[in-house]
Amino acid sequence: MSPSRSARPPRPYTLIAEITYRCPLHCAYCSNPVDLRAHGSEMPEADWLRVLDEAAALGVLQVHFTGGEPLARTDLEAMIRRARDKHVYTNLVTSGVPLERARLDALCDAGLDHVQLSFQGADAESSRSFADYDAFEHKLAVAAWVRELDMPLTINVVLHHGNIGSIEHIIAMAERLGADRLELANTQFHGHALQNRAALMPTLAELEHAQAVAIAAKARLKGSIDVLFVKPDYFSKTPRACMDGWGRRFVQVLPDGTVVPCHAAATIRGLEFERVTSARTVGSIWEDSHAMNAFRGEAWMPEPCKSCDKRAIDFGGCRCQAFALLGDASLTDPACTLSAHHDVITRARTEPNADKRFLFRGR
Amino acid sequence: MSAECPKIARKARLRWDDRDAQYMLLYPERGLALNDTAAAIVKLCDGTRSVAQIIVELTALSGEPAAKVSSDVHEFLGRLAERKLLE
Repeated sequence: MSPSRSARPPRPYTLIAEITYRCPLHCAYCSNPVDLRAHGSEMPEADWLRVLDEAAALGVLQVHFTGGEPLARTDLEAMIRRARDKHVYTNLVTSGVPLERARLDALCDAGLDHVQLSFQGADAESSRSFADYDAFEHKLAVAAWVRELDMPLTINVVLHHGNIGSIEHIIAMAERLGADRLELANTQFHGHALQNRAALMPTLAELEHAQAVAIAAKARLKGSIDVLFVKPDYFSKTPRACMDGWGRRFVQVLPDGTVVPCHAAATIRGLEFERVTSARTVGSIWEDSHAMNAFRGEAWMPEPCKSCDKRAIDFGGCRCQAFALLGDASLTDPACTLSAHHDVITRARTEPNADKRFLFRGR
Repeated sequence: MSAECPKIARKARLRWDDRDAQYMLLYPERGLALNDTAAAIVKLCDGTRSVAQIIVELTALSGEPAAKVSSDVHEFLGRLAERKLLE
């Protein structure tokens, strides 16, 4: 095999524990697989506790409990407790639905370190329009409870054509709510978001305005709110360093126990990702499974990546995007201007979206 | 008070990392790898010591010149404050 394979695999710093695909919201940009019904099974609590032990042994320092809506699992508290026992920093990535104050107290008592709360925008209409769920007022209450408990709060808003114009209101909301961090994450077009791409795609003018507002806010709020603006790769010259490289810094476990390098990797046909069992640990899959090694290092790279001086910066971009848009995960991410297929990106930027209706997740 | 007696924010946790044999300061979705000096400063930021006291104690601990310790402490506290890791 290639020289890069003979070295010890890198160490993952973060476990993304996707503990369920169940979710009361129906976000049109959800990154979960479109064929959710084909992914019904969920590992029981005991298996998740073992995954947490094994991830900690592998060197993981942070865990993100996510989904779906992780609150849908009543054993979340036990998982948080186990992660804390292993000195892993615990992050809950949630819609805040369903969450009552008493449950948040219980999660906090279990050792929850941080809450990342999603909003669809800065008003009630945004929740109804983009998640098909009337969640806004409840989210405001959840944010206030998090602050009452003196826990750090991240507000996450996925930006798209429908809400990017209200970025000033979103920033003002994060300030009112006492957020520590504000993630303004432009839609990545995977899963449901790819199905709704034309309706979600911002215009270049919208994007440039939002970016200018975000940069100004970042400077103004320095030392108060950490403002992150995640640029959409459809408008960048170079692809993003997806997951900081395949199987490099992040290890993700799907609800059924499949170990993957990212949430979308299981969509790549031809790669057989393995599930954890009592005989096959997270660590052993991470280190030696064929699928996990498929795009590590540089041996897999085609041109123009292979000879590109940015190959150690962007790692050739996103494998799942190359597969989804080109049908071949081993091609250069078409988001790169050097890709021979970059026109699939440039055409998508200007797809007419005026009369597009959303296909909501699970509807 | 905070300016006089720095204290590591509640959201941040210091832990030893066996794999890379170093201290890490963990906070939401992030971590800072700490060298020996930075780890010693974090341990002294408990809200009971002034910056001046921290410098005195660290100078005694490290055997480095006080002027260098002072500049290290101020620089590192600045980095922590920027990330809202002090209260």
